[in-house]
Amino acid sequence: MLAVNIAGIKMKTPVMTASGTFGFGPEYSEFVDLNRLGAIVVKGTTLLSRTGNFGRRIAETPAGMLNSIGLENPGADEFLTMTLPKLAKYDVPIIVNISGNTVEEYGKMATKLSVSGVAGLELNISCPNVKQGGIAFGTDPASAAAVVCEVKKNTSIPVIVKLSPNVTDIVAMAKTVEEAGADAVSLINTLLGMAIDTASWRPVLGNIVGGLSGPAVKPVALRMVWQVAKAVKVPVIGMGGIMTAQDAVEFLLAGASAVAVGTANFVNPYASVDVAEGIKDYLRVRGLSDVRQLVGRVNDNIV
Amino acid sequence: MALPKMVVRSKVLANELIGPLVWRLTLSAPQIAAVAKPGQFVHVRVMDSLAPLLRRPISIAEVYAAEGTISLIYRVVGQGSAIMAEAKPGSELDLMGPLGNGFSLEAERPLLVGGGIGLAPLVYLAQALCPRPVTILMGGRTKEEMYWQDIFKNLCQNIYITTDDGSLGQQGFTVDALDDILAKGNFDFVYSCGPRPMLAGVARLAKLHNVLCQVSLEDYMACGVGACLSCTCAGNDGKRRKICSDGPVFMAGEVLD
Ligand SMILES: Cc1cc2nc3c(=O)[nH]c(=O)nc-3n(C[C@H](O)[C@H](O)[C@H](O)COP(=O)(O)OP(=O)(O)OC[C@H]3O[C@@H](n4cnc5c(N)ncnc54)[C@H](O)[C@@H]3O)c2cc1C
Ligand SMILES: Cc1cc2nc3c(=O)[nH]c(=O)nc-3n(C[C@H](O)[C@H](O)[C@H](O)COP(=O)(O)O)c2cc1C
Ligand code: FES
Repeated sequence: MLAVNIAGIKMKTPVMTASGTFGFGPEYSEFVDLNRLGAIVVKGTTLLSRTGNFGRRIAETPAGMLNSIGLENPGADEFLTMTLPKLAKYDVPIIVNISGNTVEEYGKMATKLSVSGVAGLELNISCPNVKQGGIAFGTDPASAAAVVCEVKKNTSIPVIVKLSPNVTDIVAMAKTVEEAGADAVSLINTLLGMAIDTASWRPVLGNIVGGLSGPAVKPVALRMVWQVAKAVKVPVIGMGGIMTAQDAVEFLLAGASAVAVGTANFVNPYASVDVAEGIKDYLRVRGLSDVRQLVGRVNDNIV
Repeated sequence: MALPKMVVRSKVLANELIGPLVWRLTLSAPQIAAVAKPGQFVHVRVMDSLAPLLRRPISIAEVYAAEGTISLIYRVVGQGSAIMAEAKPGSELDLMGPLGNGFSLEAERPLLVGGGIGLAPLVYLAQALCPRPVTILMGGRTKEEMYWQDIFKNLCQNIYITTDDGSLGQQGFTVDALDDILAKGNFDFVYSCGPRPMLAGVARLAKLHNVLCQVSLEDYMACGVGACLSCTCAGNDGKRRKICSDGPVFMAGEVLD
């Protein structure tokens, strides 16, 4: 009923965890049976370890939050030797979210990470929190295409490209990466935002700006998923503010073949399985037998 | 499958003002009371709505395992804590926990050093260390803030107090009084929670007197379980630490100079 196949990645449910909000998985294993997830997308990984940004890294905003973690992670080698073996005992696809400073770095990481136990790569070309690379690749179609080509040259596992909402034309971006060889696209990453402390007149975040996520971004995310799903043939993974099964169903109706739960994990550590169970209930109530019957079915014809 | 950590809906038994802007919230939470260790915290969802969205990390201040109750002692500083102060007996609160790692309970002659609301987790620590002789050094701005005396008087053998304005106890900061207390006391463990500069001072003096020292750190937290990396800091060995899941209690030498 819930099983989906995203670009060759077989998932028991269409509900994945969003990169950076679920650690590497084991962090939540005392709350959630990881075997029940569609896929785990691990924390953004870089070639070398990173310590992330200085100062305060999160700020709560109305129905949302800003983060400027800055891709703190132990690096690809430590992921491969220390973390990946621990994930082997779970029956769940592991998708590694990768970020590079240069096109070549994305290629090197693709080679390194194309090992047994890694079901797919998600290219983060949309991180708003790092000085080099990151979002620069996600806002310029030519650079984005170069990254995708380089990665595809160096791997045979499925490649998902994660799109930034911080662009004027997300459809053009999606089409460009599809042409360059992306096997799927995921969206949205966080929206660039800011908060100021009125007592000190200082920015709240140490990095000054950060990425907005959570329920506040959902309408924007949904609109972008709807636009992109109409324009590309590859599967779309929708995310941005999903807290409940109802939210997820909206994304599926808008054209997403799978969804990811992010910020909601912080509020409700069971969110990823709750959403999957809720989709099942929704299908039952509606007399449907397969989640794929929802995908792209929003009735958007203007009469 | 039975999973060890949990989110529980706990019933509010009492919520009372105990000092300027500081409240004690007593909750029925038998699952948490049964396993919580001093120094651990709960991640509180103050409301079921989407704003405020994030949970608030609050130390477990008291545990009565037999009754299945815990208490939180918290200061109203913003939106979330103000909502907590409105919680009425009989209502329910969503708690995630217990989270983090607690204090070591190895001490034979412990000295507790707390400043301001940092005294909250030390209450449960003092409870757990009893009947060993517990000494506490507590600091606050004025005597109005030293309602903590009433809480600790039944748990500690010796109480030392400092206030910034000298209205009670020795004038100055806890660290100003600590050198003497350590010199006289023959303590084998110092436990501390409070503002960062205080912790740094406590750690420095404990080291000078060759006494083991644990500190409890805090930072802004989203997940509380080591997944989001909002709360990390550098360890002295060059490795990163997550305050929520590697701490919040650390050996002082692990994270402070
Ligand atoms: C492990 C740990 C234990 C704590 N134990 C206690 C305790 O026992 N009693 C107590 O009064 N306070 C404690 N605090 C601090 C407490 O978490 C904050 O005072 C509280 O989150 C403030 O929420 P607010 O909505 O009232 O403030 P706001 O300023 O409106 O909060 C906005 C955001 O900032 C966060 N935030 C604000 N101040 C702090 C802070 N000092 N530390 C961490 N996050 C903060 C909030 O969680 C929220 O996400 C603890 C913090 C940590 C990390
Ligand atoms: C704390 C935090 C860290 C994140 N880290 C990453 C990351 O490393 N790589 C990435 O591609 N996206 C990262 N994201 C973005 C999320 O994966 C997701 O795209 C975004 O938060 C929107 O979904 P949500 O509203 O459900 O959280 C992060 C988000 C948050 C809140
Ligand atoms: S609060 Fe998320 S890692 Fe510590």
